[in-house]
Amino acid sequence: MNLAVLGFNKTKKDYVAREKALSHRVLVCAGTGCLVNGSMKVYEEFAGALEGSHLKAIVELVKEQKGVYVSKTGCQGFCQIGPLVTILPENVFYTRVKPKDVRDIVETTLVKGEVLHRLLYTEPNRQQVCTTAAEIPFYQRQHRFVLSNCGLIDPEDIEEYIAHDGYLAAAKVCADMAAEEVCRLILSSGLRGRGGGGFPTGKKWDMARIQPGEKKYVICNGDEGDPGAFMDMGIMEGNPHSVIEGMIVASRAIHANAGFVYVRAEYPLAVKRVRKAITDAYKMGLLGKSIFGSEHSFDLNVMEGAGAFVCGEETALIASIEGKRGMPSPKPPFPSQSGLWGKPTIINNVETLSTVPLVVMNGAEKFRSVGTSSSPGTKTFAVTGHVVNTGLVEMPLGATLRDIIYGVAGGITTDDGKPAMDGFKAAQIGGPSGGCLTKDHLDLPIDFDSLKTIGAMVGSGGLVVMNKGTCMVSVARYFMQFTQSESCGKCVLCREGTKQMLALLDDIMEGRATEETLQILEELAVTVQRGSLCGLGKTAPSPVLSTLRHFRDEYEAHVKHKFCPTGKCKALKIFSVDAALCEGCMRCKKKCPVGAISGGKGEPHRIDPTICVKCGVCLENCKFHAITGDKQ
Amino acid sequence: MEELRKFERVWEIIDQHGRDASRLIPILQAVQTEYRYLPEEILTFVATSVGVSPAKVFGVATFYSLFTLEPKGKYHVRVCNGTACHVKRSMDLHKSICQKLNLRDGKDSTSDMLFTVETVNCLGACGLAPAMVVNEEVYGQLTPERAVEIIHEIIQKEAAA
Repeated sequence: MNLAVLGFNKTKKDYVAREKALSHRVLVCAGTGCLVNGSMKVYEEFAGALEGSHLKAIVELVKEQKGVYVSKTGCQGFCQIGPLVTILPENVFYTRVKPKDVRDIVETTLVKGEVLHRLLYTEPNRQQVCTTAAEIPFYQRQHRFVLSNCGLIDPEDIEEYIAHDGYLAAAKVCADMAAEEVCRLILSSGLRGRGGGGFPTGKKWDMARIQPGEKKYVICNGDEGDPGAFMDMGIMEGNPHSVIEGMIVASRAIHANAGFVYVRAEYPLAVKRVRKAITDAYKMGLLGKSIFGSEHSFDLNVMEGAGAFVCGEETALIASIEGKRGMPSPKPPFPSQSGLWGKPTIINNVETLSTVPLVVMNGAEKFRSVGTSSSPGTKTFAVTGHVVNTGLVEMPLGATLRDIIYGVAGGITTDDGKPAMDGFKAAQIGGPSGGCLTKDHLDLPIDFDSLKTIGAMVGSGGLVVMNKGTCMVSVARYFMQFTQSESCGKCVLCREGTKQMLALLDDIMEGRATEETLQILEELAVTVQRGSLCGLGKTAPSPVLSTLRHFRDEYEAHVKHKFCPTGKCKALKIFSVDAALCEGCMRCKKKCPVGAISGGKGEPHRIDPTICVKCGVCLENCKFHAITGDKQ
Repeated sequence: MEELRKFERVWEIIDQHGRDASRLIPILQAVQTEYRYLPEEILTFVATSVGVSPAKVFGVATFYSLFTLEPKGKYHVRVCNGTACHVKRSMDLHKSICQKLNLRDGKDSTSDMLFTVETVNCLGACGLAPAMVVNEEVYGQLTPERAVEIIHEIIQKEAAA
């Protein structure tokens, strides 16, 4: 056992002793979601409230003493009911905590040891009140493996990470394992890249390992550009040291001595926490020269992105670190052969790197015991949209969509957020590169391979659930508009093709389309897929093709009958007045910008559809709900 | 003198990054934090200092969406239009804010330069959709009415100041 590990044992022993001496520990969630809801104010309020009681507030956990230690954690996943506060050792779980509730929590729970019932979570379907997080179906049905420490430990405290056996995997590979052995371990674990494609991580590493040359790089891809996905953000904010540790293991496996964490600039908190984690790791000698008493050296830097979705693509990301426009380049050569500044480089996603230390510590066999045989392990998903519980969830690969939507996320809601169990229409998985899943796929086990067979992909794990009121053409248009504006412009078919596809979708939604439009749209989609260099262009048509495949009738209704079945496409509405409800108040008539409304005071008004420009002003202004936009 | 002082700060930033062309993006980020946008003469200055052509610097500055060549209003309102926010009708927030501020025909800044209203692809606050951010402050689970109220509060605060 080397000196570093002995040092860890002491750190761990001391930390555990300090934690044991506490009378209570209060965990306040400080993930982006809870911060938005004001969790910092809750955190600050605790100091004042504790002062007013006879309890001792412990600001920093530096020595063994009795008292209450209030600490911040990363995202606990259940953002919707935040700010979240957990009281240890009782594990009492409070939701929607406001600063004014803090005094009550201190007096009732910390002083008297009683539960404050009004802040507990009530499961909406069965009206079951849950005292601890473990009783809540949202947590119960998950398999938290990579996220197990997220929301539990203080992400800004390296000692707490070490106390949870952190950096032991890095110590093990640096001191006791040869590079080849590390690659073999990861390969045999079957770990696949969590960023999208699902390429075997061990294979990627091995390709870089066998390259000659002194200088090699490890890059962590934290450019989570997929709108509606925040898994990587959750990990970087909640457990940044696990990412750094994964990078140390990777650097050892390929003999790299420098690395970058590329973080999206829209995640300021993640940037801050990763930076702090790196500084702390340097201070403890876990980064830099001869780490863990071995020959191995590894330097790590943070690079902030500047807002370009395409930079999630490996070669574009490399160009961005080199200070260029983030445009992809053809593969081969693969980055593992010639990457950053022409040197062998491996690029791994945040979640993949965060999984690596767990694989090293638990062994390949145990890792393979969860998930499917071709896609072992777990996957985090950001479940959002029309579901009861939105948030960050982790499931074994091979779990079904039904498990996620109805089990963890608590089922579908209407537009107003009311539960509507049979309201499921579709779920978009993999963001703008993925496809949609319908009710036929509810029982399909989700893994990297199963989704490819139906024209979708796991992608980074964004899962947007949509109810029956969602127009699928407008969903496809939304993603098309996204990829069109994010196309880097290098390939003609991606640059111009996406623009034309967007125009065709606009035609469909605004009633200008003919039956030929659908045919052109499909042809163009296939051409864009074939004629683009990188993943962005190759997958840009996926949302269109997959909605066309599963919801063709909806497209046809727009085209043939100029009718939107969900009534969401404004341009296809025909506004009319319900004479029975109209009071003849003249309000709509005065507001109509084109004078399409006729009828005097006190008489029912009429809208002339030949003049109407479908702006909807009349509908918004009618106090008697007499105007409808539905097709008659 | 004023002009000179302006470039002095840019010099400091460039020096901090070792006048290294590969540090171009962090340099531009620091310059933008300083001036709140990227003035054209400074782009040329940066180009000459790190030894690349102004066209290349301009190319980088226009490629990334976080860089802006136009000055922004005092309050930078960014409405999230990520997928989760979009399906929860975040564009209605955008529309009502633009209406409130009388922004029409693709204009995104008010004439008094108090507000700039834009959309952003994803803030990562998807659990709280729809969301928007005003300068650094993030607001979640909004309705168009609440969004307009927030803008109104800022206008009142500014009028009182």
